[in-house]
Amino acid sequence: MRDITLGQFVAGNSVIHRLDPRTKIGMMILYIAMTFLVKKIWFLSIPFAYLIIELILSGISLRYILNSLKPVRFLLILMFILNLFFTKGEDVWLDLGFWKLTGEAFLQSCFLTLRIILLVAGASMLTLTTSPIALTDGLEKLLSPLKVFHFPAHELAMMMTIALRFVPTLMDESDKIRNAQMSRGADFESGNIFKRGKSMIPILIPLFVSSFRKADELAIAMESRCYHGGEGRTRMHQLKFRLIDLYAILITLAFLAAMIVTLILL
Amino acid sequence: MIRFDHVTFQYEKADSPALKDVCLSIAQGEFIAVVGHNGSGKSTLAKHINGLLVPTEGTVTVCGMRTDDENNLLKIRQNIGMAFQNPDNQLVTTVVEEDVAFGPENLGIDPKEIRVRVDEALKAVGMTDYAEYAVHHLSGGQKQRIAIAGILALKPQVLVLDEASAMLDPSGRIELLETVHRLHDSGMTVVMVTQYMEETTGCDRIVVMKGGCVLLDDTPQEVFRHTDLLLESNLVPPETVIVRDSLKSLGYSIPDDVLTAKQLAEALCPSK
Amino acid sequence: MSIEINHLTFAYTQGGKKLEPTLNDLTFTIEEGHFLGIIGHTGSGKSTFIKHLNGLLPCEKGTVKVDGLDLSEKSERKKVRALVGVVFQYPEYQLFAETVAEDVAFGPKNMKLDEEEINARVTEAMHLVGLDPDRFSSRSPFDLSGGERRRAAIAGVLSMRPKYLVLDEPMAGLDPLGRREILALLEKLRAESGCTIIMISHSMDDIANHATQVLVLEKGAVCMYDTPENVFSHAEELQSIGLSVPNVTQICIELNKRGVAIPSSICKEDAFIEWFREEKAHA
Repeated sequence: MRDITLGQFVAGNSVIHRLDPRTKIGMMILYIAMTFLVKKIWFLSIPFAYLIIELILSGISLRYILNSLKPVRFLLILMFILNLFFTKGEDVWLDLGFWKLTGEAFLQSCFLTLRIILLVAGASMLTLTTSPIALTDGLEKLLSPLKVFHFPAHELAMMMTIALRFVPTLMDESDKIRNAQMSRGADFESGNIFKRGKSMIPILIPLFVSSFRKADELAIAMESRCYHGGEGRTRMHQLKFRLIDLYAILITLAFLAAMIVTLILL
Repeated sequence: MIRFDHVTFQYEKADSPALKDVCLSIAQGEFIAVVGHNGSGKSTLAKHINGLLVPTEGTVTVCGMRTDDENNLLKIRQNIGMAFQNPDNQLVTTVVEEDVAFGPENLGIDPKEIRVRVDEALKAVGMTDYAEYAVHHLSGGQKQRIAIAGILALKPQVLVLDEASAMLDPSGRIELLETVHRLHDSGMTVVMVTQYMEETTGCDRIVVMKGGCVLLDDTPQEVFRHTDLLLESNLVPPETVIVRDSLKSLGYSIPDDVLTAKQLAEALCPSK
Repeated sequence: MSIEINHLTFAYTQGGKKLEPTLNDLTFTIEEGHFLGIIGHTGSGKSTFIKHLNGLLPCEKGTVKVDGLDLSEKSERKKVRALVGVVFQYPEYQLFAETVAEDVAFGPKNMKLDEEEINARVTEAMHLVGLDPDRFSSRSPFDLSGGERRRAAIAGVLSMRPKYLVLDEPMAGLDPLGRREILALLEKLRAESGCTIIMISHSMDDIANHATQVLVLEKGAVCMYDTPENVFSHAEELQSIGLSVPNVTQICIELNKRGVAIPSSICKEDAFIEWFREEKAHA
């Protein structure tokens, strides 16, 4: 339990790591747009090339990217198979009577699956190279113009900050409560899913109670430290938009432009 | 600096008041210990100092400002730093230096100035090397020192510790106590709420609370003269004081200002 | 009957890698009927050790046997959990049921006892910890005071009628009155039911005044295992591993320095006063 690192951030000091989190969020949005514009499988090579460049620059090993695909692997397989079934085509490769495997279907399946892979991999590049704290800061800054419409950008960011702070503490605590209940003969391992679910109550209730107490005490401590909402608040760490950030955005835009050109030409 | 003027306070659902007609004044630069068993009102007293609680009757004045005026609160909390019991539940962010910066950030201080304050505060509690550590990797004593650094970054005049040592192990408690004494030496006014009598021997004054009232308010030497009164209020004097009193009842003559093992040995057998 | 620990070694794993062993080749026996105090600096392996006494952590190397039951056998682990009750730090954080009685009944219910027996044990355990069943049974554990909550949680372990009661800093965070209540409870348990007490504590005074045996752990190994008198007479050694000595011992050391021939093995308040009484009688 103790090994779980939050999000999947891999500490580093590469060019990508040092980019402003806002830049990286922007890059990801442009990258997603680029990937969605692809209409033919071969042009997936453009976002693919972009991803490879980013990967090399960040110094992150491919293993992490593959790990991030693990949770969606069943979805990917399912999508691949469904498209084989439901895409119509002329070029029959195999005829089983009730179903024909066509070249078009195969190509379409590959295309859609690869596109999802590229999307997930691109999005995880953001979380792999940006610490959750930086990400929170970046989001707060990016969303702050929405405050005009009463969007709670600061509150949202503060909630994320506190959640990040307390997840390890609560994990520790659930570990302790689990041990205590096991010492009283509680059994969390046997029985069917309902029985197991019910056996979690002696862990969940103390955990809830303790979370509420923590929230209460934290609120008092924050108040004592002059917290009074986001108004008039400054930050010690200022986000700085530097020249390198400009380059990164320009390069990403160049890739997007290339994508659009291919669309127009074909 | 801090004045309690006939303060009575009753929690909303309580049958009897938690503080009864408390009068107390604390001068600049003093080191005061507030002791009492659970429910004696000592934490309630502490929470009045920075306006977390406001008296039902009477007034609390801090640095010339009344705590029952909302407009004063921010200013008061800036001057009265407060550390609490559970080290885990008062740190807000994941990284040490970000947490220390939390207070000054709330005041809207210039980022460069915050940086300076954070570095100074971490230095004052001896945690400079841990600036970039994740909070949850620290020991209890270290967390409490970070909490104090977070308070120092507000540049307060008074440090209030609300049972801040209760959840620490002995080395963490020593760590904390040494830090607090060092801050006091450099001019900080300290109010330390605690149940551990042995922590109070180095204070200027001890305020003993019982049932919401101030029972004793005197120097440690004077307070520990009244062992019977302390035991009656469910407080246990330092072990040395208990031994001292037993020896006295055997007929040994030991002066009342003996509070530590060394002093007791000295009294029993003066070194030549 | 006893708890036998034989060459017990344990290392935590982090990120697939074994860390430095937290427990390193522990071998000793805890005899029935004793009050064993365990002391050691934070990180010396105390808490990890007690998790081995009821099989919460697996015996990877070495063995732990409770009354002959080997904890490395999964089938025997359940039996041992009924024999060895463990009260962890801040046990009140484990309370979960709607009423105190229900919470105290959790252990016996897991032991699959019949209703009558469960009720009898709940009443007995609540009496033991000083919570009057008539007053407290149907109250919510979350409405109690700090000290009462702590005692309710301890009752939740006592209701299993453990032969060995293991406590990890049972007095932490309590006020002096609460501390005395818990210590009195432990003494009563030992006197009335012959329950073996194994207690981790940071308070050397409490250990000196109540324990019959003291185990000193240092970096996961046994540093000393002896009577409190013998352990605390090694003051320098204890201080070198970051531990303090009881207050009475400190006074004795100071007196020794001044040429008073008080034995350095005196660590209990009573023994100390007794020595002076005799001294006075002589003079």
